[in-house]
Amino acid sequence: MTRAPLSLKIAALGGLAFLHVPLLFILLYCFTTEEKSYAFPPPGFTLKWFGVVWERADIWAAVGLSLKVAALATVIALVLGTLAAGALARARFFGREPVSLLFVLPIALPGIVTGIALRQAFGMMEIPFSVFTIVLGHATFCIVVVYNNAVARLRRLSPSLIEASMDLGADAFQTFRLVVLPNIGTALLAGGMLAFALSFDEVIVTTFTAGQQSTLPIWMLSELIRPRQRPVTNVVAVLVILVTFLPILAAYYLTREGEAVAGSGK
Amino acid sequence: MSLATFELPEPREGALRRLSDVLTRHTRLLTLLLLVPPLLWLGLVYLGSLFVFLGQSIFSIDEFSGTIVREPTTATLLELFRPANYDIVLRTVGIATAVTLLCALIAFPIAYYAARYAGPKVKAAFYLAVMMPLWSSYLVKVYGWKLLLAKEGAIGWFADRLGLGGALEAWLDLPLVGGPSLSVSYTGMVLTFTYLWLPFMILPVQAALERVPPHLIEAAGDLGASPGLVFRTVILPLAMPGVVAGAIFTFSLTLGDYIVPQIIGTSALVLGQAVYTLQGTAGNIPLAAAFSLVPILVMAVFLTVAKRTGAFDAL
Repeated sequence: MTRAPLSLKIAALGGLAFLHVPLLFILLYCFTTEEKSYAFPPPGFTLKWFGVVWERADIWAAVGLSLKVAALATVIALVLGTLAAGALARARFFGREPVSLLFVLPIALPGIVTGIALRQAFGMMEIPFSVFTIVLGHATFCIVVVYNNAVARLRRLSPSLIEASMDLGADAFQTFRLVVLPNIGTALLAGGMLAFALSFDEVIVTTFTAGQQSTLPIWMLSELIRPRQRPVTNVVAVLVILVTFLPILAAYYLTREGEAVAGSGK
Repeated sequence: MSLATFELPEPREGALRRLSDVLTRHTRLLTLLLLVPPLLWLGLVYLGSLFVFLGQSIFSIDEFSGTIVREPTTATLLELFRPANYDIVLRTVGIATAVTLLCALIAFPIAYYAARYAGPKVKAAFYLAVMMPLWSSYLVKVYGWKLLLAKEGAIGWFADRLGLGGALEAWLDLPLVGGPSLSVSYTGMVLTFTYLWLPFMILPVQAALERVPPHLIEAAGDLGASPGLVFRTVILPLAMPGVVAGAIFTFSLTLGDYIVPQIIGTSALVLGQAVYTLQGTAGNIPLAAAFSLVPILVMAVFLTVAKRTGAFDAL
């Protein structure tokens, strides 16, 4: 392989730097003593904002709600996404294309359209805003993440494994539990973690389905529009980066190892 | 020689077994049963609310009472063509185009290096370096740019130190792209959008570049083409479907966003903000629905064109 021209190397590394430098600045501003502006360089450094965050009840209430919503939305997405993947992975039937389009639609359409549509529907059916309304909105676009992961894995799973299991006397349920599930397990785990991260971070649909409740992104949005103690927002932002970083890294390794699914070579 | 034998448990008996037999024999029934729960959720709840909301674009609003008149009319849809509203559409499409071009420009070298020069280790590192920002929090990323772009912020400071303060001032004095500071200008808005959606451009472009057959490049070289000519006539055309696939994301995500323009940008509305204010404070649901149709229609046209270029194979 020939070596890359220097200009290409610089452009590529510059592009990657562009992707990461803003996140480093968020970290830097956690420690600034200036709370009324984004003055650079920071006039002084302090650790007090970590303590302030620790004592702010509103932040921890928002974190709690976000975790609860993300957990529920992930469970619903896992069930519905797996069912959808099972139905569409190999079957060929009339209307298959529109159905698979329907699963992608919630992330293809602007979040604001989904959000307003759901808000209107809740209003019409006189459903009051609750944790349930937020979860309903989130699950709608989390399904596709699980679906994508599961369908990719199911297509690589050799059908002869399932046939062998059935030939040996297992019924459909035993085959699912003992053969299919272990083979798609890591894909589901990865899909579930991505769905969790997606829900934990969602703000646009939540704006319309939360009412007066405050998830962590809603809390952050209000701080962005009307900043109070700016470094507090930075500390929370860094916590959010850490909370989403780990599941994404784990999901990456899970799907990579999954390349070696039994029978995938056939 | 003796044959190995397995002690297989007796097959189960009873209702479960009979259900299993029915499902195995009738795979269509199985597919249907699997599809019913997700279809109920997405088809009924989601698609239903979507149609009810968008369908209201054929209604109008009574100017005096502010209530919705439930009689079919084209008046609301035609309102989109009033100069003030039409400007909002044009402005948003303009921003989305600028963001898409800038994304393609920054993404291409990254994708090109990763696809053609990087070894397995470097490639994995590149992939993670692109995936991490892709999946990190949207608001955190917007916040990062608010910090950087602020008048007293880092970009201004570095520009001054590098002796580019004058250039930055001159840029901000320009009519369209400028403003009082970067954080309240179109420049800042486009930069933030570009940052947010860049990974969505890198991944499909890299996928397309990886599919360019190496022997095509060698053949072009053997036939006497210079590296530049090979790039222009072989690599670039074959990478285009990837760029179009990435553009689907960058374009549609920019069209629908209303949070970035609210935090970073001028006071002139974009599509998402118009929809937001219309459904909220203005209470004009029919016009909000009509505005919501615009990004959907623009994307439908975009996708039809994209399909012809083969962009879907690069996704």
